[in-house]
Amino acid sequence: MTEQSPVDLDRAEKLQGLGCRRKRVEDARFTQGKGNYVDDMKLKGMLFGDFVRSPYAHARVKSIDAEAAKALPGVVAVLTADDLRPLNLHWMPTLAGDKQMVLADGKVLYQGQEVAFVIAENRYIAADAVDLVEVEYEALPVVTDPFKALADDAPVLREDIADQKEGAHGPRRHPNHIFTWEQGDKAATEAVLAGAEVVAEEMIYYHRTHPCPLETCGCVASMDKVNGKLTLWGTFQAPHAVRTVASLISGIAEHNIRVVSPDIGGGFGNKVGVYPGYICAVVASIVTGVPVKWVEDRMDNLMTTAFARDYWMQGKIAATKDGRITGLWCHVTADHGGFDACADPTKFPAGFFNICTGSYDIPTAWLAVDGVYTNKAPGGVAYRCSFRVTEASYFIERMVDILAIKLGMDPVELRLKNFIRKDQFPYQSALGWEYDSGDYHTAMEKALAAVDYAGLRREQAERLDAFKRGETRKLIGIGVSFFTEIVGAGPVKNCDILGLGMFDSCEIRIHPTGSAIARLGTISQGQGHATTFAQILASEIGIPADAITVEEGDTDTAPYGLGTYGSRSTPVAGAATAMAGRKIRAKAQMIAAYLLEVHDDDIEWDIDRFVVKGAPERFKTMTEIAFAAYNQAIPGLEPGLEAVSYYDPPNMTYPFGAYVCVMEIDVDTGETEIRRFYALDDCGTRINPMIIEGQVHGGLTEALAIAMGQEIAYDENGNVMTATLMDFFMPTAVETPTWETDHTVTPSPHHPIGAKGVGESPNVGGVSAFSNAVNDAFRPFGLTHAQMPHDHWRIWRTAQQLGLHG
Amino acid sequence: MIPGNFAYHRPADVAAAARLLQEHGDEAQLLAGGHSLIPMMKLRMAQPSHLIDLQDIAGLKGISRDGARLVIGAMTTQHELIGDALVAAAVPLLREAALQIADPQVRYVGTIGGNVANGDPGNDMPGVMQCLDASFELTGPGGTREVAARAFYEAAFTTARAEDEILTRIIVPIPKPGSGYAYLKQKRKIGDYATAAAAVLLAVESGRCTSAAIAMTNLAATPVFTEAAGAALVGTTLDEAAVGAAVAAMLAAIDPATDNRGPVEFKKHVAGLMLRRAIAEAAGRAGRGTA
Ligand SMILES: Cc1cc2nc3c(=O)[nH]c(=O)nc-3n(C[C@H](O)[C@H](O)[C@H](O)COP(=O)(O)OP(=O)(O)OC[C@H]3O[C@@H](n4cnc5c(N)ncnc54)[C@H](O)[C@@H]3O)c2cc1C
Repeated sequence: MTEQSPVDLDRAEKLQGLGCRRKRVEDARFTQGKGNYVDDMKLKGMLFGDFVRSPYAHARVKSIDAEAAKALPGVVAVLTADDLRPLNLHWMPTLAGDKQMVLADGKVLYQGQEVAFVIAENRYIAADAVDLVEVEYEALPVVTDPFKALADDAPVLREDIADQKEGAHGPRRHPNHIFTWEQGDKAATEAVLAGAEVVAEEMIYYHRTHPCPLETCGCVASMDKVNGKLTLWGTFQAPHAVRTVASLISGIAEHNIRVVSPDIGGGFGNKVGVYPGYICAVVASIVTGVPVKWVEDRMDNLMTTAFARDYWMQGKIAATKDGRITGLWCHVTADHGGFDACADPTKFPAGFFNICTGSYDIPTAWLAVDGVYTNKAPGGVAYRCSFRVTEASYFIERMVDILAIKLGMDPVELRLKNFIRKDQFPYQSALGWEYDSGDYHTAMEKALAAVDYAGLRREQAERLDAFKRGETRKLIGIGVSFFTEIVGAGPVKNCDILGLGMFDSCEIRIHPTGSAIARLGTISQGQGHATTFAQILASEIGIPADAITVEEGDTDTAPYGLGTYGSRSTPVAGAATAMAGRKIRAKAQMIAAYLLEVHDDDIEWDIDRFVVKGAPERFKTMTEIAFAAYNQAIPGLEPGLEAVSYYDPPNMTYPFGAYVCVMEIDVDTGETEIRRFYALDDCGTRINPMIIEGQVHGGLTEALAIAMGQEIAYDENGNVMTATLMDFFMPTAVETPTWETDHTVTPSPHHPIGAKGVGESPNVGGVSAFSNAVNDAFRPFGLTHAQMPHDHWRIWRTAQQLGLHG
Repeated sequence: MIPGNFAYHRPADVAAAARLLQEHGDEAQLLAGGHSLIPMMKLRMAQPSHLIDLQDIAGLKGISRDGARLVIGAMTTQHELIGDALVAAAVPLLREAALQIADPQVRYVGTIGGNVANGDPGNDMPGVMQCLDASFELTGPGGTREVAARAFYEAAFTTARAEDEILTRIIVPIPKPGSGYAYLKQKRKIGDYATAAAAVLLAVESGRCTSAAIAMTNLAATPVFTEAAGAALVGTTLDEAAVGAAVAAMLAAIDPATDNRGPVEFKKHVAGLMLRRAIAEAAGRAGRGTA
């Protein structure tokens, strides 16, 4: 940036553009309980739908008797698969190229699966009616272990496709096998492993968990039989995609469908998928001719809507004796549950897991992922991460620590030795990505200095001695994680969902008096888009952020876009916003030149105005230009000042960061305390530091939860053991430590403002920092790897197995 | 998570509540703070047709001293208990335990009576009451009787209270001045029930333990008062051998089950730890005139 005079600075500050800690404009309504969520909606005559759900994880449905339910006053109808069959809506396509039962069609594949849909005058009657529906089940053998699911004698889960040898992603080799996805060079990698001086090997399990947004999933469907229009309000992270899918599934013309995402109370990937509740609500509204609401309760949400992770990652990492990594081998057994309903770009059945070479210059690598059906809920969404990036990051960050143990090296030293160097960017990874920019050494060194890493290690060693002398029962663990994400999906050439290219969009209208409205194809679920997108625009077009309304989520008004997940809003829609702003500015320049009676090239942009070059006293502000656009007949120019941009990103963005966790561990109780957590994030250009910090705080809290106890656990009969918040770990303020945030800035070279996205970084980088800390504490006693979640009893078990209980 | 249908009653005195209870028999359930009952109703694990809300009965509130006994109205909330000066001075163990129940929001409405009447092995107050040798006043059609906390719990959610009785007051003998006490509870997070918890009350004279009471929470279908564990401490200097014997006696008395908090072996391990730490804490406090 060029130097600015105090007056200019003042003008720039008033815009509240890029880089300022603008307060979130959304918070006025959220903090006063004035948000407008799906469940707040009340429409005239609205009915309420609720599901009869399977208590069994695997069973044949012999019969459904809904007579008693239908006889209950206030019950309007009870839908079963037989009612949906004539409409061909008893099954629906999934985002992953599979299909899923909307209502049980002869059998159920997981506990909580939707069996019948009760429609009643209100949710209370609906709940009573659900109890009255009698379903006869015949229990079938249950498989909850993906390895057992692939055994020769395993029960066949998906009888509908049992004979199909070819799936959406290539050959299937077992009735319970979904796909194999292979990347990299297997032969070369195995040759490297065979000839390596050192090889570390481990099976790393990233357990099944759940995004568990505060607001559960739901919708209100309203079919207007007079004009043939269907309006669908819902908790959708991708409203446009929902509209297109709804049109394709229902046969209703797309212009007759309006999808609206109102305020959304957190998504974290859980609200990307298409759920049976949406289909049933739409059908119910079509059948009854009145609006129908369906909203999950907490147990429905935890038991049936999209889970995350559940990856068994077998890894081998090769290195020279002095710690240069030479190869990485990885095989994943991915538990997808009863249907393949992962939400990934179509060509990536394991998402971007092939980012698993992480931040390291690993010349040779191979990866294969096998997707498997089990008797668990479908899903596999990116819980605050970009398509399996969290799994990949956890995998490599554990593998590097495990290799460090084998080499007898400090884990940080090993990282510094293998980082991709600054001068190697753009960097071509062995598994096929082109990293846009990075400066890993600087970030790591800054983090080490900030926490006094050497001092921490000394303190840890002293504590260990005290422990061995019997003076304390607490160990210190130091967890370091250095992550590289791949976000901002993505280039249309290789990224699509159900054939829809993953571009995004922004449309801007400047009003005559110089304020504006911007509409985007994304949808905030709490990220603060209305705040940050206005800031991008303020800097681009010189209109104060406070004078710019940002609107998202209504497909009748917003330009088409693929929605918000995978940290794609800023990289893609944010880029579209800047590009649309630049179109506005280009036209504004012509208007200003006309008004100033000079040639277009004789004026230049200055914060909020065009100024005649060399004559600073001659200028037109954006406000003046806006008015002129509406009241002057300018030769060769159309009236008005509007622009739209559809941005197809040339590449993904690659945010990175260095996290350090210092943990106290009581080896007797298994209790842990996070004494310090330092998070350095490099997300490129920083739009609003306060929002970034807020995102980091939230994501780290989720990471803490996941690493330390948050899981969806099943017993051997497929019963969900963690279906309420009593057992599903959600940290409160008491469990949440203070987060220290820091940053470096390495802009993305291909993004119009250099921003990379940050919403998911803390979840991606955080989990491995916590887990590495736990593992690190026990390293002196011979531990190489303990599986997550690191809750009390599992830590106790580790200590027990290492003989620390005398 | 919507309860079944029920009629709602809000009597103004104990007699009216008792009449309603009699009238509706096992179809009725008393409602205190609702923080155990309402979740059960939402899961439809409890489906009372009549809900008799006790919140308007002023006579069920309040804390007073009656000679050597502390008398606590059943509808006293945990929050009120925590803030009460009398409780803090006379039976600090109660306050220490109440502070470890759930979170402030739950404690604002959850009552001591509901906590002890509920019969959930996860509740903290039952074990504490057994440790203190408290008794519960039950009022029914036949009048009023007192049942010792140590004889009250029969099985999970089954107590000595008859269906038509209301738990009206909790009577706690005030421990001798100088008694040492502790309630140690390990839990996964705020708002969680105990993985294991130990209540200890003991007296020490001239370096020797003269009396000891020990009860454990969430380690069996009922709270576990273990006389043998207490007896193992009496007459000793609370040395390692005595504590070991107390822990062994306690472990013989508990019967934990595997759940999401961990396997049986872990629960036993934590039970031992909690008891050791509670004994140490109580011993450290004994004789300091805190009781
Ligand atoms: C998130 C959460 C966390 C919790 N954590 C803990 C914890 O850590 N430790 C703990 O001990 N508890 C915990 N609880 C439970 C809480 O303490 C309850 O308040 C308590 O168990 C019941 O008291 P209540 O006043 O809410 O009773 P209610 O829920 O109204 O009643 C409970 C039962 O007792 C019966 N009952 C109530 N009053 C009487 C009476 N006077 N006479 C006869 N029967 C009566 C009712 O009929 C019902 O069966 C937690 C609850 C929640 C929601």
